[in-house]
Amino acid sequence: MSANKESWGSRVGLILAMAGNAVGLGNFLRFPVQAVQNGGGAFIIPYLICFLVMGIPLLWIEWSMGRFGGKFGHHSTPFIVDTMGKNRLWKYIGVFGIWTNIAVASYYCYIESWTLSYVFHSIIGTFSGLDQDAVSAFFSEYTSLGISTLGIPYEPVVFYVICLLLNTWILSQGLASGVERVAKIGMPLLIIFGLFLAFKGVTITAGEQGAINDSSVGLNFLWTPNFDQLWSPTVWLAAAGQIFFTLSVGMGTVHCYASYVRSKDDVALNAMSAGWMNEFVEVVLGGAILIPISIGYLGIDRVTELVQSGGLGLAFRSLPYLFYQWGDLLGTISGVMWFGLLFFAGITSSLAMGTPWIGFLQDEFNWKRKSAAWSFGLFVFLLGMPTVLFFKYGVFDEYDYWAGTVSLVVFALFESILFAWVFGMGKGWTEITSGADIKVPGIYKYIIKFITPLLLLWVFLGSLFTPKGGDWGAAISGTWELDNSSIIKKVMNSELKEKLAAATDPSAIQQLQDQLFFVNASRILLLAVFFSLALLVYIAYKKRVREGRI
Amino acid sequence: MNTSALVVMLSTITLVSFLMIYFFYRVISTPPRPEPDSYLDNDDEPERQVPNH
Repeated sequence: MSANKESWGSRVGLILAMAGNAVGLGNFLRFPVQAVQNGGGAFIIPYLICFLVMGIPLLWIEWSMGRFGGKFGHHSTPFIVDTMGKNRLWKYIGVFGIWTNIAVASYYCYIESWTLSYVFHSIIGTFSGLDQDAVSAFFSEYTSLGISTLGIPYEPVVFYVICLLLNTWILSQGLASGVERVAKIGMPLLIIFGLFLAFKGVTITAGEQGAINDSSVGLNFLWTPNFDQLWSPTVWLAAAGQIFFTLSVGMGTVHCYASYVRSKDDVALNAMSAGWMNEFVEVVLGGAILIPISIGYLGIDRVTELVQSGGLGLAFRSLPYLFYQWGDLLGTISGVMWFGLLFFAGITSSLAMGTPWIGFLQDEFNWKRKSAAWSFGLFVFLLGMPTVLFFKYGVFDEYDYWAGTVSLVVFALFESILFAWVFGMGKGWTEITSGADIKVPGIYKYIIKFITPLLLLWVFLGSLFTPKGGDWGAAISGTWELDNSSIIKKVMNSELKEKLAAATDPSAIQQLQDQLFFVNASRILLLAVFFSLALLVYIAYKKRVREGRI
Repeated sequence: MNTSALVVMLSTITLVSFLMIYFFYRVISTPPRPEPDSYLDNDDEPERQVPNH
């Protein structure tokens, strides 16, 4: 029998934990950048449509799959999906639901450790009195394991280990006493910090405290709709992609959390509540902090340039400096709140990433919660160290691309087909509506069966064959040249090879060759982890057969 | 702010905030089911137990 006899403490606790799983750094750093790059206010239209026809269906699918698997004592995706399809291969598709979490946690905990470190540096006043270049240089120095301002050798590694130990310890305390308790503290604090920073973000006045623009300039930049962009498939792909990342669907964490819900209890309303809570944090709070504050102090041109490399740069290179424009005390408080908010967003997600592995070991190999939690910490540490040590060679980005991007789409596509077509929409609908505390609109039966899988297929194919420059018009009219960001070109390392061919400086060539090596090594490592997990699932299956459990 | 940006921003914020509050209110206002349920709280309260027939 499984050693797994855990439960959630309360319904609100489960919803906060599930919302915490969804709310991550991307809510504050990725969403506003995606909106700015894809039509401003018009981005919200495809974004909300994708939430309605892809996000909500996937939430319902995953919640009900998890609860269904839980009835049979399964708390991780390999055997949850195994109960839904007769083909024995389904459980190997379910391996994605463990692999993704371990691989993502290994680099995600590294960013989480930056936020922890920046909270600490905000408290001790490291950024006080520094100009913007110095704050930016601090980040470069930090991530390249350069000189530490605290005098601690390998400071980022120390914070990474502290962060992992914290995650592991919380996980070892169990669902109700660990994960849920952190969500109950972290989520309200995150919302309070977010509301304070959003208020500051929308009340900036040009000419005061060094601001060069009113908040309205940043808000106009973010929200002015460019309706022409609505016809661009690239914008729709970006919106669909954002829905994936923000809801943490296609990962296996939702299944795992929901597997502890009894069959008579609701999943439909729970999923809606957690999903809309995530949307509130992302759209209302996430849209009012990063862009309005940055543009208020740096101007549109500078911010446009900075967002080309994503939101991380703005968050860590610019905001610590900008907060000090509000004075030393408010600068420190805002720094603590901003990085504290990111930390809570991060830890509530990374804790969720630990639970599928722990559930798997408890169910299949009768491990105790504590041992399973510490094995997760060790696994993530070993897999994550390359992202820390070889950050500048792109190992971090490689993990993020394969585990944190492609894998989500692949698993979500498979699970939507499994749920609607293999398990069957009739049984699937019963699972969604059983015990429901809301009336689920009947139209979702058709959306889940047809639209969601088709959308997911389109997102996958769009990522596989992305046309050059996102120019779908040219691609469809016959000249389909692949963009370097397409999965196919990524596999071929086309961009790196082009850079290598164009490089003339010997040191640049050496750097690119090293990068190529580390990129390929990362892929081999990730593949090795996937196949090792698949082997464990096979061993667990054989064990089940021996014990007569199948 | 320009009018179109203001309209898009306010309508989005209103919609998202309303739905977030509405669904959360539905969660906290729905009476809990009789024990045993999925949650540890109130497990021992006699009035929450399924009556024996």
